[in-house]
Amino acid sequence: MPDTIDSLLPLELSAVGFEAGGECLIHDLSFRIEAGPPSIVLGPNGAGKSLLLRLCHGLIEPSAGRIGWAHTNRATIRCRQAMVFQRPVLLRRSAAANVAYPLRLRGVGRRDRESRAAQALSRAGLSELAARPARVLSSGEQQRLAIARAWVTEPEVLFLDEPTSNLDPAATRAIEELILAIHRAGTKIVMTTHDLGQARRLAGEVLFLHHGRLLERSPAADFFARPQTEEATAFIQGDLVI
Amino acid sequence: MDDFGHAFALAFEMIARLDADLLEIVGLSLQVSLSAVGLAALIGLPLGAAVALFRFPGRVAVAALLNAFMGLPPVVVGLIVYLALSRAGPLGVLGLLFTPAAMIVAQCLLVIPIVAALTAQTVADLYEEYDEALRSLAARPGQILGTLLWDGRHSLLTAVLAGFGRAIAEVGAVMIVGGNINHATRVMTTAIALETSKGNLALALGLGVILIALSLTINLVALTLRDAARAQHA
Amino acid sequence: MTRRWSLVLALIAAGFATETRADTPAITLASTTSTENSGLFDHLLPRFTEATGISVRVVAVGTGQALRIARNGDADVLLVHHRPSEEAFVAEGYGVQRHDVMYNDFVLVGPSKDPAALRGLDDAAAALARVAAASALFASRGDDSGTHMKELGLWAAAGHDPVAASGTWYRETGSGMGATLNAAAAMGAYALTDRATWLAFQNKGDLEVLVEGDARLFNPYGVILVNPSRHPHVHAREAQTFIDWLISDAGQDAIAAYRLDGRQLFFPNAK
Repeated sequence: MPDTIDSLLPLELSAVGFEAGGECLIHDLSFRIEAGPPSIVLGPNGAGKSLLLRLCHGLIEPSAGRIGWAHTNRATIRCRQAMVFQRPVLLRRSAAANVAYPLRLRGVGRRDRESRAAQALSRAGLSELAARPARVLSSGEQQRLAIARAWVTEPEVLFLDEPTSNLDPAATRAIEELILAIHRAGTKIVMTTHDLGQARRLAGEVLFLHHGRLLERSPAADFFARPQTEEATAFIQGDLVI
Repeated sequence: MDDFGHAFALAFEMIARLDADLLEIVGLSLQVSLSAVGLAALIGLPLGAAVALFRFPGRVAVAALLNAFMGLPPVVVGLIVYLALSRAGPLGVLGLLFTPAAMIVAQCLLVIPIVAALTAQTVADLYEEYDEALRSLAARPGQILGTLLWDGRHSLLTAVLAGFGRAIAEVGAVMIVGGNINHATRVMTTAIALETSKGNLALALGLGVILIALSLTINLVALTLRDAARAQHA
Repeated sequence: MTRRWSLVLALIAAGFATETRADTPAITLASTTSTENSGLFDHLLPRFTEATGISVRVVAVGTGQALRIARNGDADVLLVHHRPSEEAFVAEGYGVQRHDVMYNDFVLVGPSKDPAALRGLDDAAAALARVAAASALFASRGDDSGTHMKELGLWAAAGHDPVAASGTWYRETGSGMGATLNAAAAMGAYALTDRATWLAFQNKGDLEVLVEGDARLFNPYGVILVNPSRHPHVHAREAQTFIDWLISDAGQDAIAAYRLDGRQLFFPNAK
């Protein structure tokens, strides 16, 4: 997918800033996200990670600067990315219906919808729970369902905002495996986390954010072995909380 | 005080022997009010959701109007509909005055503000929860409206039941536009008014008891079904 | 999803669908609560329908409202009991012709204690003068109905204006006869009522007839066809059939035959 001329990527941020309530929360971010291994945005609480993801996904508008995809058609930009939030927001219907929902929005026919939803459910290991009301599932299952729902439209880019911060280790591992599977199937992963272990397991490259600024960006191995900045070093050692 | 005892006795007696006249007015009451509520829901649910979701000029005014009209006096609505449907009025050619259709129209007008105002509240609350997720999925405004209405269906049932309560209990509107014609437009509330004017107070009260029991039954059934469905879907 | 919608729409359409069966001819009769509440129509109209196959839909309201309905063309025929209004109705071109149908009388009812000492009087105006003198509670229709007009006429004959005392002993209920009688029974007040409504009334409480027989208490009913030249949609033929039947021997006998507790309530007087 990433090699086609039609691709969304690369995503380019130029001098992007975001202000709210008189406070500047994102400062002058400029970088490019290319196709390839998962990009993990790391940083302590309040660094602006969630905000950055929402800006990239288009849920909020930047106060300064520009966010541009390779493609210019807004509808295409919307349709070829998906996002998973920290807390899954599921509809009051069955698990299968939740997964089929984005397809329904796009006017996909019933039979097609049902088969693609069933496929997404099975890839997420949730086939047995297809008929269950989505809201009675456990948190781990619900988050996997949200990911399946994001995956069913075969997005080119998948944003995930701290998807496992509320989950236990077993559920976390299940989701990490799912994310890797999605990556192997060709979707670009852009994810935030404050869990170092998770970052080590999943990252291809790391973007380190602190107080709304991009302090470091490097391939994962380099980042963890030889962090360039003081803050990054402190963070890796577990000393940098805010 | 023995009027009350007499009333209950009369009520039970009428129900027990399935009094034909009683069944007729109960049937018409249900037909008129259920139709009115059905129509009002068709209009009021999307209207309320639209007021909650979309920014348009005059939105605040519309929301305020809906809330205010929850308290529209039925007799005033009846009068307005009468003037509209009278042969001397603009819609007289339809010949709807003194028919159940006119009664349905009048009650529908009374119920729409209730359904719409309560729906707006429910949908606004829901939207806070669903906003980001739905925008992320690129849902269009019309689709968001439909999704929120369906997801909020359990709470919206309460709005519809409130509307039904208003419809089945009012007498001012249906009296004027229906004419309380025997075997044609006589419903429970107008029958109660008639029996009161004839001094048959125990009978009027008995009919009142039956009306309340009917409303209670319908609400119980609806809420039980809702709770069962809700337990299923959480 | 579309199946659910079709079901809902079908239910609503069904609600609207139960109209008066268009196959049986029907007329709308605007009349007053005295004829309806007395049970006369339940006795009379089935006979008419059996004889002619025409069904009659009765809208029973106060005389003023009945006249308004007829004036608007929302009814086909009018049967009320206030001669001056009826004659004006015809004179203004809203009605074709007024026919006498029946009569009964008004009576003055009041609490058995009778604080104003009306019992046995046969002069209605004098009786009202005594009510005023005693400042005894009096419940008036106060709604411009035929009964109300009759009452005001009697007050005028007694040389007294009760409206000045409105809110004190003179209570204007602004309601129909039944509601006014309910109020009178609860307050222990005097009231003017037509005899038919009174006899059929089930909440007399402590009230009884105290004054009757004054010629001024005569209560005639008239029937008028709503003018089809004014309102072409009126079911003129069927309505005329109704009028003809009412003033025919068949109708008049049926009126005379109606009894409540063994008493005749209406007296036919068509010419």
